[in-house]
Amino acid sequence: MDRLLRVLYGVLIGATLIYVTLPSLVVVVTAFSDKALLMFPPTGFSLKWFERAWTYDDFRKGMVNGLIITAWASCIALAVGTMAAFVIERFEFTGKRTLEAVLLSPLVIPHFTLGIAMLILASEISLSRTFSLVVACHVILVLPFVMRSVYVSLKNIDPALERAAASLGASPFRVFMKIDLPLLAPGLAGGWLFAAILSFNEFTATLFVTGQRTQTLPVAMYTYVREYADPTMAALSSMLIAVTVLFLVAANRWLGLERILSIEARH
Amino acid sequence: MMTDTISVSVEGAVKSFGGTPAVDGVSLKIRKGEFLTLLGPSGCGKTTLLNLIAGFLEPERGEIFIDGEAVTHVPPYRRSIGMVFQSYALFPHMTVAENVAFGLKMHKVPASEIGPRVAEALEMVRLPQMGPRTPRQLSGGQQQRVALARALVIKPSVILLDEPFSAIDKNLRADMQVELKRIQKRIGITTLFVTHDQSEALSLSDRIAVMSHGKIEQLSGPAELYRNPASSFVASFIGDINRMPCTVIGIEAGEVVLKANEHVLRLPKEHGAVDVLAAGSAALLFARPEELALVPAQGVEANLGEGVVDTHVYQGTHVDVYVRFGDGRAVRVRHPGFEALERFPAGTAVGVHANLAQAFVFPEK
Repeated sequence: MDRLLRVLYGVLIGATLIYVTLPSLVVVVTAFSDKALLMFPPTGFSLKWFERAWTYDDFRKGMVNGLIITAWASCIALAVGTMAAFVIERFEFTGKRTLEAVLLSPLVIPHFTLGIAMLILASEISLSRTFSLVVACHVILVLPFVMRSVYVSLKNIDPALERAAASLGASPFRVFMKIDLPLLAPGLAGGWLFAAILSFNEFTATLFVTGQRTQTLPVAMYTYVREYADPTMAALSSMLIAVTVLFLVAANRWLGLERILSIEARH
Repeated sequence: MMTDTISVSVEGAVKSFGGTPAVDGVSLKIRKGEFLTLLGPSGCGKTTLLNLIAGFLEPERGEIFIDGEAVTHVPPYRRSIGMVFQSYALFPHMTVAENVAFGLKMHKVPASEIGPRVAEALEMVRLPQMGPRTPRQLSGGQQQRVALARALVIKPSVILLDEPFSAIDKNLRADMQVELKRIQKRIGITTLFVTHDQSEALSLSDRIAVMSHGKIEQLSGPAELYRNPASSFVASFIGDINRMPCTVIGIEAGEVVLKANEHVLRLPKEHGAVDVLAAGSAALLFARPEELALVPAQGVEANLGEGVVDTHVYQGTHVDVYVRFGDGRAVRVRHPGFEALERFPAGTAVGVHANLAQAFVFPEK
């Protein structure tokens, strides 16, 4: 009976792993196909789809646009989110709960709602189809993740540390710079990384707020898929998967993955 | 005290949280070089009072002075204080030496002076080799000594310690107390110590302020506190004590006359809150176990009446004998040594004698 349970347990774990990783595997395998069809398993081997993905102009532009937008959005969200989380966690003021709820609301608001809202708002002040619009939209979307990451790190800092520093003559600003910031650093890095990945991959809201000039990689991919159905997409996806895996391995080495993922698990 | 210069002065401080006063009109003067302890159960307001003096809280009313200067609305980092916390609060991202140097850097002490002063401070707490270590590599006791060095190195006017030994292993706690007392006396620093542990307060303090419900119940030296408590709360909180219901008969010729256990007793008038006791009112008689003795039943000495030995608790240096009276109440009688175990086996009928010169009477709440 015990052995049966153990075997069943093993099967369950194996099945879950296969279920989660199978899509990625299928995509990677399909990318090496020699035919201009998305089929599995492929009938021959070729690298031409990688070459096409790498040289396709819209993808290159989308990649560059995406990186620019991601860099701005994640850094702005990091700065704003850190300050907001610090103020909400450490100080008492009226409207604190409301501010927190508003800042965390993008977690539950559908992204397309936000995209349409931003689009309408932007055309009112003639900012539509600009980079700043996309950056602003992404900042709102990734802010909750940065804030949660900072929350978790802040809760792990003993408030007595701040008081000790104050008793030793450190002004609030110096307490923040010398005590809180160094201790928050891993949480900030985790929050920033998470924000960057989310911003780079965001599609739904981005579709509404980007134009031909500002389109990001996911939007360029969507446009491509509407016209072609060849394995270029699979090749591009494989490259993205590889880069993401590299990033996560590095992040795990330096920061601890469970710390980054705890942003998702909390609350 | 050597001098009567006042180091810290609190005048009529009030601080409440959500309408409930945590510190309720407290006035307190700490003399220069004095070791003063705020003692009380949790929620009595002792930590709030400490935080008012440190500047982490601002009083709604009242004033706070450090070295004669009004600091009521001065932030903590501009007050001349050193603090030690229950959680040690060493900065985990700095070495021991960097922790101790932190306050000196904040006070813009020249770099050439910092090294020697850090070394001197670590020497003082007997951890001269620990400078390059990180706090995590030290034991709890060592961490708290570093925290003490860090607080003292900036030469504050007063050092505030908030339950500093509560998190430390019980065996080590006594060593830490001796160490603190030694350093405190040597450098003569004014010390405010917060604890809920009465034995810690009794062994360390020059004076103790016993707090309850945001007020100071009694402020006096440890011996006075133990031998002459000012209220039933202090009598119950400090040391072991027996409480017996009694009725006040009257006050005559410098003595208070009362009736307990059907026996008439006469106490010195200054023992307890006699002024507020009306003839005929219900009161509580307090007597410490060591001020009670077992005597032959029916004897003239048995001024608290007769009972039957219920149980013994052997404590090494003494035996606590629990005697149960006819009405079901028990008192604890302390006998030095271990003879009481054999002389008064359970079930023995005994009389109980109280040394009334060391008993107290307070009104029943």
